[in-house]
Amino acid sequence: MRATVLVRPKEGILDPQGEAVQSSLEKLGFAVGSIRVGRVIDIELSAEDHAFAREEVERMCSGLLANPLIESFEIRLDEA
Amino acid sequence: MTERPVVAVVVFPGSNDDRDAAWALGALGADHVFVWHEEQELPEATGAVILPGGFSYGDYLRCGAIASVAPAMDAVRRFAASGGPVLGICNGFQILCEARLLPGILRPNRQLEFVCRDTTVRVESATTLFTRRCEPGQELVLPVKHGEGAWHADEVQFVQLAARGQIVLRYGNDVNGSLGNVAGVVNEAGNVMGLMPHPEHAVDPLLGSADGGLLLAALVDAAAEHALIAA
Repeated sequence: MRATVLVRPKEGILDPQGEAVQSSLEKLGFAVGSIRVGRVIDIELSAEDHAFAREEVERMCSGLLANPLIESFEIRLDEA
Repeated sequence: MTERPVVAVVVFPGSNDDRDAAWALGALGADHVFVWHEEQELPEATGAVILPGGFSYGDYLRCGAIASVAPAMDAVRRFAASGGPVLGICNGFQILCEARLLPGILRPNRQLEFVCRDTTVRVESATTLFTRRCEPGQELVLPVKHGEGAWHADEVQFVQLAARGQIVLRYGNDVNGSLGNVAGVVNEAGNVMGLMPHPEHAVDPLLGSADGGLLLAALVDAAAEHALIAA
């Protein structure tokens, strides 16, 4: 099983990196609105049970992969 | 002759101010012992802990995030829980926030630029273990050098921290986009402090300022006191 974790700056949290990317894209002539930059983490899992895998990845997220003060996360599971 | 207090300096891969911290401690009358991040225990004689500046684990994931779960941090957590004084400088501050031993989190500087210069910080609370050699409101000249030093907490938490005197140091002006210009905070129990400026780089007038010595000498005092209590 494979998990993909999407980590994003929480709504309302200033994202200077996103602002810098936005201003660069505008300089390149693209008409863009607000941009937020996050992180993608692909994880290979040995677990076969879907519910168990989700629980494990949730623990990984709250323990290390995301900081709940400033980041939200979303988990996608794929049978591979 | 009385024994010199011992301060453990935890070294992570990528720490680079560990030796500066050790040198400053020596100049202020303490002995240091380096503790590698894989160690499970702190030396028995440990009277205080410093988490030094640097770029632990290459700042991967988030600054301080990976270091916060290193084996040595379990030992630091136990030491802090027993009342032992712990000071995190720069990357050490980031590690303490990621370890949730301190409130808030350090984010990329608002201006997205590395900032490396002397700053003036104001002592907001002179009653903590770490600032008791300072006068309330005293202005200290301390250097900063960081790319991720914008301290952040939610507004409610920030107001509570300020009311409880946990906001210990503030920059005299906006250095990096820190909420409330916060430069250093202490935990509720008062024995764990983190700051972005580098007191260990400011312990001799030859280095441009000796003001950092006030904070580190207070840590050395605290180390001696803790060793007495623990003995």
